[in-house]
Amino acid sequence: MSQPAQAKVNQPMKKEKVSSPWRDAWRSFKKNKIALVGTFIVIFFIFIAIFAPLLMPYEPNEQILLDRFEAPSSTHWFGTDDFGRDILSRVIMGARISLMVGFTAVIGSIIVGSLLGVVAGFYGRWIDTIISRIFDIMLAFPSILLAIAIVAILGPDLQNALIAIAIVNVPLFGRLIRSKVLSVKEEEYITAARAIGMSNFRILTHHIIPNSISPVIVQGTLAIATAIIEVAALSFLGLGAQSPDLDWGKMLDDSRAYFVQAPWTMIFPGLAIMLTVLGFNLMGDGLRDAMDPKMKQ
Amino acid sequence: MGAYTIRRILLLIPVLFGVSVLVFSIIHLIPGNPAQVILGQRATADAILEVEKQLGLDQPLLLQYFTYMGDLFTGDLGTSLKTKTPISEEIWGYLAATMELTFVAMLIAIFVGVNAGIISAWFHNSWFDYIAMVIALIGVSIPIFWLGLMEQYIFSVKLGWLPSTGRTDPSTTIDTVTNFYLIDTLLQGDFKAFKEVVSHLILPGVALATIPMAIIARMTRASMLEVMKADYIRTARAKGLSSFWVVYKHSLRNAVIPVLTVIGLQTGLLLGGAILTETIFGWPGIGRYIYDAIEARDYPVIQSGILIIATIFVFINLIVDLLYAAVDPRIKYK
Repeated sequence: MSQPAQAKVNQPMKKEKVSSPWRDAWRSFKKNKIALVGTFIVIFFIFIAIFAPLLMPYEPNEQILLDRFEAPSSTHWFGTDDFGRDILSRVIMGARISLMVGFTAVIGSIIVGSLLGVVAGFYGRWIDTIISRIFDIMLAFPSILLAIAIVAILGPDLQNALIAIAIVNVPLFGRLIRSKVLSVKEEEYITAARAIGMSNFRILTHHIIPNSISPVIVQGTLAIATAIIEVAALSFLGLGAQSPDLDWGKMLDDSRAYFVQAPWTMIFPGLAIMLTVLGFNLMGDGLRDAMDPKMKQ
Repeated sequence: MGAYTIRRILLLIPVLFGVSVLVFSIIHLIPGNPAQVILGQRATADAILEVEKQLGLDQPLLLQYFTYMGDLFTGDLGTSLKTKTPISEEIWGYLAATMELTFVAMLIAIFVGVNAGIISAWFHNSWFDYIAMVIALIGVSIPIFWLGLMEQYIFSVKLGWLPSTGRTDPSTTIDTVTNFYLIDTLLQGDFKAFKEVVSHLILPGVALATIPMAIIARMTRASMLEVMKADYIRTARAKGLSSFWVVYKHSLRNAVIPVLTVIGLQTGLLLGGAILTETIFGWPGIGRYIYDAIEARDYPVIQSGILIIATIFVFINLIVDLLYAAVDPRIKYK
């Protein structure tokens, strides 16, 4: 054996970077600075939501009538409202409720939408036709209008607003996962699974669903942003949170009567909605670019 | 194209049928007795029976649906429980107000969005590009009801530049012919009133336009950046055509498809967003009409308002799909 060849054999093997779609996506996501800013904003608001009781300087519904309409100051950083309630504390508490409603609504629509989408895509035929037509009909309504219709039926409160937002988002996830399932079920490993006698249920749970879920993560992040705005919109219209419950939309609704004399009652809840939604949008865009390079703009 | 058009139109039938069933069901899905809910807890048994009779709730469900559909086909949308007026008579004024607002918003969105997108792509990575894209990012994240309040505070309360509510000043009377005030004032040659109508349209129009404007700007920029690298653009430049001509004539043609898509996708958002914008700006449109009806539990109005918006939405999507297929021959119906 020649000398150089011998040297090559004796060289320690270079540690290769392990590659998997998830790892690649994470590497790509980490390089996207704008997406990281979005993630930071989201984590910041989640932190506020979780630790709200510890972070609030006052009880959110505590009324100090002597401090009515106090402008932002060192005692009340975001000022006070018409009942002398501390706006900062209410914005912090609002974060907890708005995020919780946004997350719960989207998780609900992911579960129901994915279930319907998987069944439609996997079983096809008449089940697919019925489910797809139901999705078409639901998508025939502007989403906020459908949500308003649902709340008009169920009655205005925060829980019904959550249900309404969950329902209107079902077809988004249903369609998404249906199209993914349609392509995944044609893959060779599914044919192989069938050939070895795997049951439909096992194929669905072990192969189809795990391989169809990635677009749902991206869409879910973006949908939380939309859900937060939609819930706030319903509360703003008086169809969501009712006193003494509060969320950012309800705070904006309350501020309408006196924002001319106390603009801070309107500015801070709106900023909170905008920043949170911006965070989820930036993070969602980053996830989409990282997980689906074809979508990169 | 012909086969696609026919199939796309046929697909409308089940969708419109489903929409009608869903809208019809609104009143039947109310938990408890709908007539009781409409009249409140203190309603007498006679009053409840009367409302049930008026709404046909005492009939078998299937018969109620067929009566409802029969009425719809003859243009009868029912009678408002609040105003006691046939809905078909009063809805047109509201619908025209919404359409005028939506049209102006879409015009603003397309004009500003497309131009901002083109200039951003043209001066790629310049300060204009960065600022425009940051504004676009904020634009897609801003709640329009908050933006509307901020506009009112800054431009009406603080600066006093623009009116904050309504379609005109309360003292102005406009003889309505079409209910589109921009057209009506022009028909009458009343330019002072026309100017007033325009000034009332600016704030709600901009609020409603913000999200589609931001999305159009982002999509136009992205597609322009792609198109500007294409060989035929290089050829156009090599032929000696000025940069301005290349961008606006050759590249803009390719921005038509994303803009068309966005118009389709955003129309629903605009119609839905109109409810919020109209509530803030006291705009007497169909969104406000539905909102007031929800407060008054005027279910026939809620049903008709939602049905009208959903039907318009379905037809606009149809038109956009057909236009889309006409512009891009690669699109086929699957």
